[in-house]
Amino acid sequence: MQFMLLFSRQGKLRLQKWYVPLSDKERKKISRDLVQTILARKPKMCSFLEWRDLKIVYKRYASLYFCCAVEDQDNELITLEIIHRYVELLDKYFGSVCELDIIFNFEKAYFILDEFLLGGEAQETSKKNVLKAIEQADLLQELWEPPQGWLSELSLPAST
Amino acid sequence: MPAVSKGDGMRGLAVFISDIRNCKSKEAEIKRINKELANIRSKFKGDKALDGYSKKKYVCKLLFIFLLGHDIDFGHMEAVNLLSSNKYTEKQIGYLFISVLVNSNSDLISLINNAIKNDLSSRNPTFMNLALHCIANVGSREMAEAFAAEVPRILVAGDTMDSVKQSAALCLLRLNRTSPDLVLMGEWTARVVHLLNDQHLGVVTAATSLITTLAQKSPEDFKTSVSLAVARLSRIVSSASTDLQDYTYYFVAAPWLSVKLLRLLQCYPPPEDGAIRGRLTECLETILNKAQEPPKSKKVQHSNAKNAVLFEAISLIIHHDSEPTLLVRACNQLGQFLQHRETNLRYLALESMCTLASSEFSHEAVKTHIETVINALKSERDVSVRQRAVDLLYAMCDRSNAKQIVAEMLSYLETADYSIREEIVLKVAILAEKYAVDYTWYVDTILNLIRFAGDYVSDEVWYRVIQIVINRDEVQGYAAKTVFEALQAPACHENLVKVGGYILGEFGNLIAGDSRSSPLIQFDLLHSKFHLCSVPTRALLLSAYIKFINLFPEVKGTIQEVLRSDSQLRNADVELQQRAVEYLRLSSIASTDILATVLEEMPPFPERESSILAKLKRKKGPGNLHPDLDENRKERSANGGTADHSSTTSNAKSSPLSFVGDLLAPASTAPPTNRPRPVSSSYLLQAPLTPIPLQASAVPVLLSAGPLFQVAASPTPSTDLLGLGSTITTQNSAPPASKGTSLLVDVFSENIAAFPVETPVAVGPVADENFSRFVCKNNGVLYENQLLQIGLKSEFRQNLGRMYVFFGNKTSTQFMNFAASVVCQDTLQAQLNVHAKPADPTVDGGAQLQQILNIECMSDFVDAPVLNIQFRYGGTLQNVAVKLPITLNKFFQPTEMTSQDFFQRWKQLGAPQQEVQKIFKAKHSMDTEVTKAKIMGFGAALLDGVDPNPSNFVGAGVIHTKTTQVGCLLRLEPNTQAQMYRLTLRTSRDTVSQRLCDLLSEQF
Repeated sequence: MQFMLLFSRQGKLRLQKWYVPLSDKERKKISRDLVQTILARKPKMCSFLEWRDLKIVYKRYASLYFCCAVEDQDNELITLEIIHRYVELLDKYFGSVCELDIIFNFEKAYFILDEFLLGGEAQETSKKNVLKAIEQADLLQELWEPPQGWLSELSLPAST
Repeated sequence: MPAVSKGDGMRGLAVFISDIRNCKSKEAEIKRINKELANIRSKFKGDKALDGYSKKKYVCKLLFIFLLGHDIDFGHMEAVNLLSSNKYTEKQIGYLFISVLVNSNSDLISLINNAIKNDLSSRNPTFMNLALHCIANVGSREMAEAFAAEVPRILVAGDTMDSVKQSAALCLLRLNRTSPDLVLMGEWTARVVHLLNDQHLGVVTAATSLITTLAQKSPEDFKTSVSLAVARLSRIVSSASTDLQDYTYYFVAAPWLSVKLLRLLQCYPPPEDGAIRGRLTECLETILNKAQEPPKSKKVQHSNAKNAVLFEAISLIIHHDSEPTLLVRACNQLGQFLQHRETNLRYLALESMCTLASSEFSHEAVKTHIETVINALKSERDVSVRQRAVDLLYAMCDRSNAKQIVAEMLSYLETADYSIREEIVLKVAILAEKYAVDYTWYVDTILNLIRFAGDYVSDEVWYRVIQIVINRDEVQGYAAKTVFEALQAPACHENLVKVGGYILGEFGNLIAGDSRSSPLIQFDLLHSKFHLCSVPTRALLLSAYIKFINLFPEVKGTIQEVLRSDSQLRNADVELQQRAVEYLRLSSIASTDILATVLEEMPPFPERESSILAKLKRKKGPGNLHPDLDENRKERSANGGTADHSSTTSNAKSSPLSFVGDLLAPASTAPPTNRPRPVSSSYLLQAPLTPIPLQASAVPVLLSAGPLFQVAASPTPSTDLLGLGSTITTQNSAPPASKGTSLLVDVFSENIAAFPVETPVAVGPVADENFSRFVCKNNGVLYENQLLQIGLKSEFRQNLGRMYVFFGNKTSTQFMNFAASVVCQDTLQAQLNVHAKPADPTVDGGAQLQQILNIECMSDFVDAPVLNIQFRYGGTLQNVAVKLPITLNKFFQPTEMTSQDFFQRWKQLGAPQQEVQKIFKAKHSMDTEVTKAKIMGFGAALLDGVDPNPSNFVGAGVIHTKTTQVGCLLRLEPNTQAQMYRLTLRTSRDTVSQRLCDLLSEQF
């Protein structure tokens, strides 16, 4: 996989993950072009399209489009299910995920994605194992970090 | 704000995100962001050390701002600080920031690498994973250099946790993709292969991806993975759907791993070991069987996962292309999908069948689905699906179904999406040509293409139809009739006018017997389109008109009238004007015989790869043209073993037309028997690139090829053989020795006023008596005979020169039709540009005519150009050829230097090929002053007091050419006793040393 984009029906990019080295400018151009292309397509159309020399696989979940670019020899259907599995992971973690969850907890969305896909390939396809890894991380933070959100607002001296 | 119980709610971050979301306008958003950026900047710069939490929060805000699409130019250092925090979430945010905002700042890179190194050696699997994720996400060269050796060690170490192994495998995969040269195979490779046997399916999944990438790089090293992959696949395929617990996805056992294993196997040919091969075949059969079983779930995820595996299995079957049963089964399965209600499956089935069509085992099976595919072309609502249908029709086309497929594609073209029209046009053109049994069908098809989609018919397509008509006698009459009829339409595409003009110009006589298409009607029809056409088309039509004059003498008057009109003769476009002038002139002065020869029918084109096919390949890339790559194989099955039309034969007349050469080089290789062919093909083959060394007898063919050739083939004026510029080169290139006394030359020289520059022949030897006198001087008399004296004055600067040539008429009678031109032969053409300004065609008795030559030295050269002069004196034609004294040393610029410099450079130029030395006998008296003058006249600076021996002469200079400058040192040692000289030249170029030595040694 070369990259994955999440964007809203209004064309706002909610998550972008690039697995190939591209300049910031190229990334912006690709996102813009692709968002436009996909938003212009009708609902019943097929989920695959040829775009430049890549294959685009996309699917819409509620207000969000999930879009992956894969190479010529890659399998479209399994990519479609990669998208679905990622949605399931988000859903399980946030509990009935919605676009707002991804906006306000964007960092979590990235962490979950990293546990699932790495370097553009599936790292762990077991839902349980991915969520276990994320929950462990959350646990670590609860153990090591007292809830100190309010403390920082008072600008207490650093504890480290 | 959503309620998220887990994780760390960074309240400040949530507030900020809310603020941004509440912004009503882009401006408000930018204002809010700038406020936040100022706040964060002041916090980072403030005296108080920030605690980890605040740092994390601000870094996270910056990241959010960046992901919104704004530039971030600070905060990197704070993010790097977070990496060394021992709090997981702080570290995690630090790594995320680094992963997203890669910065090539080298100070930071080393800090980041340091932090990663610490985490990798921490033995804390969570920290190790974070570090590995970061390497995989960034994947930069610097990281590859730092960790390409470390990651494989972690991957194969016995005590590494499973989750770390997974991260390490994919991290290595990423490094191998970005810096394959840094990932070195080693003893770890064997151990990586054995990860395919790992207990943990997550590890196997990650490892399979890695092994596939590495196997593509070095298949030999990973050969053993084949048997392990087959074994693994076999276990998955035969497992019950619940066996693999959480790796079962909607009742499909480990679909991702299955797809990856099937993909890995596609890096290799079918296994040689019979047992493994049998086991694999069993797996593939099981997968095909499962496709026929009723679904275990109605969910689309179930069918997608199952079919993902199926399609990958079919890819492997096609890749192996060795099991006919499997191929046919695959084809039948795809056939079912062609009518599936899921658009996705129809799309994939069409795509996958394209590759099946190229296998000899399944080509016939694919063909049985033709009706379904045609139906898809007509009824699919999604253009991407229709595109796949076009591809498949193209791939499944052979002689048996070509007419049907071409007809369907043509009718689709009328309504096709604009985005795919050009490609369809190319495909139709290729299929029509490839499978044409009778060429009337081919001509009809191409004319229909122009009719339905004229704008999308590229030049290659209409060039091609003309080539084919010209090469095939039996279709010429039909083609003429058909274009004539097509041109009757009140509005026809310009491409049709081009084809029509060309074909009627060549073959209009074949239909002229019919009173409905008499010569005059044909001409009027063409000319009625003239004013609506672009300049290139009009130029082509003018050529068709002159061809008409030859074909139909009866319309000569009408056509001359048209050519003579102001709108032609004074056309603002120089090309059109010139054609009108020349054609009018040609038609008035040339006899019927000459016209017939000059305007001879075009010779057949040589066979070459179709330019249309080349264009399609360029358009689609080779990957999408499997059908063509596998041409022969397909033909074997389609034609029962005889691939006659795909084999190229050299005889255009007898072979069924395969890929005949394109118009871009109207060269002839095999002269047909029915036409005189007075020129050898090698001359014409050079046409597009170099001026043509034109022999007198070649004139007719070039004239007939010229105008049409230019319009049809190339827009660059340099290839216009009738153009003014190139007629000069035509003349220039005349081999001086050829005594062209053919009929045509005489005709042209008789009518020299009509073709003032078309007088190519130099007769007699080239005079060079005075040539060497000019090596060391620039002015003087170059040539003299009883009638004519030629004087020269010249000046040179750097690589440029100007020469004034004075032609003195020594008689009292006027020289008529005077023309002088300069010829640079063979290699000299590329080395030296000599441009002769036009001069008067008459020289009065006792008068002098001056002609200016502009000279440019492109690179070093040896030969000298020849000045050809031709004029008429008292009724006889005079020819004089003189060698022009333009020599390499003319482009010398003297260089002064000290003794020390001189000898230093002398030593630098010490390589054997750089030095040329000559010892020779003095031809003149050995006068020191004369010698000095000659060396200076030669162009070098004479360096005094450099040589320890005062009687030696030493010189230095630089030869200027357009491409390079060559430093030159010379030393002349006279030996008065022996009356000998020793001359030594050292330059950085052997050819220059040699030439200068040859030139100078002749002077003493």
